[in-house]
Amino acid sequence: MAYSRRASSQQPRVIIVGNPNSGKSSIFNEITGGLQEVSNYPGVTVEKKIGFFIHEEKRIRVEDLPGLYSLTPYTDEEIITRDEILSPDVSLIVNVVDSLNLERNLYLTIQIMELGKPFIIALNMTDIALKRGVIIDDKKLSQILNVPVVKTVGNKGEGIDELKTIIFSYVNNQKVLIPKHVTYGHEVDTIVEQISELLTDKLPAPEKDKTRWYAIKILEKDFKLLDEIKNKVSDSLEFGKNIEKAIQEMEQHENEDSGVIIAQRRYGFASGAIRECVTYTGEAKQNITDQIDNIICNRVAGPIILLGVISSLFYIVFKTTQEWKWIPFPNQWLSPVELFEKFFENFALLFSFFEKDYPAIHSLISDGIISGVGAVLSFIPLIFVLFFLLSALEDTGYVARIAFILDRIMRMFGLQGRSILALLISGGIGAGGCAVPGVLATRTLQERKDKIITMLVIPFMSCGAKLPVYALLIGAFFQHHRTLIMLTLWALSWIIALISAFILNRFIIRGEQTPFVLELPPYHMPVFKSVLRHAWGRTWMYIRKAGTLILAVNIIMWALIYIPLSSLGTTQNIKEHGIEYSIAGILGKTIEPITKHIGFDWKVNIALFGGMAAKEVIVGTLGTVYHMETSNTNEKDSLSVNLYRQPEWYPLRAFTLMIFVMLYAPCIATLVTIGRETGTIRIPVFSFFFSTTVAFIVSLIVFHIGHLLSLGT
Amino acid sequence: MKNPCNTERLSELEEGTKARIIGIRGGPPNYRKRLLDLGLTPGTVVKVNREAPLGDPIELELKGYFLALRRKDAWHILVEPLPNNQE
Repeated sequence: MAYSRRASSQQPRVIIVGNPNSGKSSIFNEITGGLQEVSNYPGVTVEKKIGFFIHEEKRIRVEDLPGLYSLTPYTDEEIITRDEILSPDVSLIVNVVDSLNLERNLYLTIQIMELGKPFIIALNMTDIALKRGVIIDDKKLSQILNVPVVKTVGNKGEGIDELKTIIFSYVNNQKVLIPKHVTYGHEVDTIVEQISELLTDKLPAPEKDKTRWYAIKILEKDFKLLDEIKNKVSDSLEFGKNIEKAIQEMEQHENEDSGVIIAQRRYGFASGAIRECVTYTGEAKQNITDQIDNIICNRVAGPIILLGVISSLFYIVFKTTQEWKWIPFPNQWLSPVELFEKFFENFALLFSFFEKDYPAIHSLISDGIISGVGAVLSFIPLIFVLFFLLSALEDTGYVARIAFILDRIMRMFGLQGRSILALLISGGIGAGGCAVPGVLATRTLQERKDKIITMLVIPFMSCGAKLPVYALLIGAFFQHHRTLIMLTLWALSWIIALISAFILNRFIIRGEQTPFVLELPPYHMPVFKSVLRHAWGRTWMYIRKAGTLILAVNIIMWALIYIPLSSLGTTQNIKEHGIEYSIAGILGKTIEPITKHIGFDWKVNIALFGGMAAKEVIVGTLGTVYHMETSNTNEKDSLSVNLYRQPEWYPLRAFTLMIFVMLYAPCIATLVTIGRETGTIRIPVFSFFFSTTVAFIVSLIVFHIGHLLSLGT
Repeated sequence: MKNPCNTERLSELEEGTKARIIGIRGGPPNYRKRLLDLGLTPGTVVKVNREAPLGDPIELELKGYFLALRRKDAWHILVEPLPNNQE
């Protein structure tokens, strides 16, 4: 990956910093022209995103950091951003400020000013502010702060060229403004000076320009930073005493906690600036978000709308991509997924000339690669439509409302309200997330206990990789109940995640519950361009994964299936039972005594082994197994038709398999991420066995109850 | 510390009530810091917009934006209720 390279010393590094929901990502996308990994998960930019732009033949590196409210970090994610802001090799900070939420956004701006380093403000979403009757005098704001202010409309690209020009002149040290000192009122300013002088004497030389900032942070009671400062100071004991005295003096004088005073004065400074540079016209107060929330968060309508949104999501996805045959094809009409299937079937025929002379190569290409990877790739339309709708939903601001509505339920099971966001990212809205960013999103949780429990239940959500498995089996056995089955799976995934969280919370991992603070961003219309870019970005990741990891695992699985154990002759000689005596077949057979209780034979077991690497492989491997079995009869039907014809397959078995796939061992990428985030091997190992055990127990219950009631048998 | 009469807990206010923040008492220090950073400083006027369908959390409006807190946590915030027509 080219973009993960470290910046060379000559290359200027620009970081984009701002409150969550300030539109940082859209500014970043416009500056870099979308030439990077795009991932705006609800409310959180979970990974550092890096891109470039070229100005006057110079390459400038730009990074988008997770949003934060303050330079006193609260979560792991904010620590990442703060460390970057303080890092000496950052050439320039671009602070994105949301015009609709000026006061709270300026609170962060003021803290950046306190650092005393030059920076630039991108005053974003000025168009919507104007519509709401809020007119911001950017020149005036720039004067007050002595910082350049560029008006931007991130999602329309307005102001981006000007921003680039200023970034360029800043990193080349032309016309650089030094931000004004923030004033906190005479009393506080005096104490800031006092502490700052105290520090000047005691700190080593390279730290001397930070004394004023340190003084403010000390008054703010950022204890973590205070400890760091104490380590750098020569005479820390006496220094500590002096500081305590100064703080006490101020607290007595103001009759308030010094941390409160600093926050209050910063907000005072912000509202002072706003008074000077903002004018309101006519109906400035009208707020549509509140009116929408009256309905969406309503006691009765809220839950109904939530259910309605999720079911229509499934409905639209399946109708447009699998059910409705609206694409013309010679002699018939096809659905988009069928069109892709047709393409791969015909593609396989191109290689039929190998069949006679090189049966092994032919089998590799046709059974291993094309029917394996092709089965995964034929779901591209489905994945794309789903991600498109999900991105649009995320952009509206509805996802935060889901967290708001469901928090009470979450809490009953010992989960943090913010865990919901992680669960939603992992596929909790529908089947279309990914557990990897979900696990990364647990960085927004403060307590380790919350993090670990959330990470352990995240894999139960239906991620995008499980979707092809569902789509395949639903297409074969539940054609007339697609939405219903998907809703059932969705509900089951939540129920099981919650019950597991409850058990983990009660009996396995202990700790206190932490406070829950969630911003509900204003609603806005999703922007077609950015939704499309996002959906395409995720679809491309799906395609790329199919062409790399899935392809590799499929080839390995094919080899395990094709290559017979030597004592039994070649697969070709014993065509009828060939697969049964391959390495994979024998592996599958060994665990058959266990899996037969949930209705799976060795063929399914083979696919489940493959699925441990990545869930999409299940479809591919089933494709390979059944394709190889039927290849001698020259039937080139799609896999779902093929499965439907098999006597050992019936709806209950398919349903149990979907549930097992939903719950069992997380994929390798997820386990690695869990390991990396927790810094221990124990948690991912536990996760592996925990998930598989839960999957087995639930499948056992479903399978046997289904049989007792003769449902789908 | 300032005006001890007529104080209430933020968690106990009715939907639609406006109140001025007096201060945050108790709760983890980190949490207090976070609330201050989000603008819940003494003197700020907040409005309890609504509660979630299951009664908890509650949604506040302050400084032109919306914030959700659980009642249990909002309990730490002392406020002085204001008559509704006043800012």
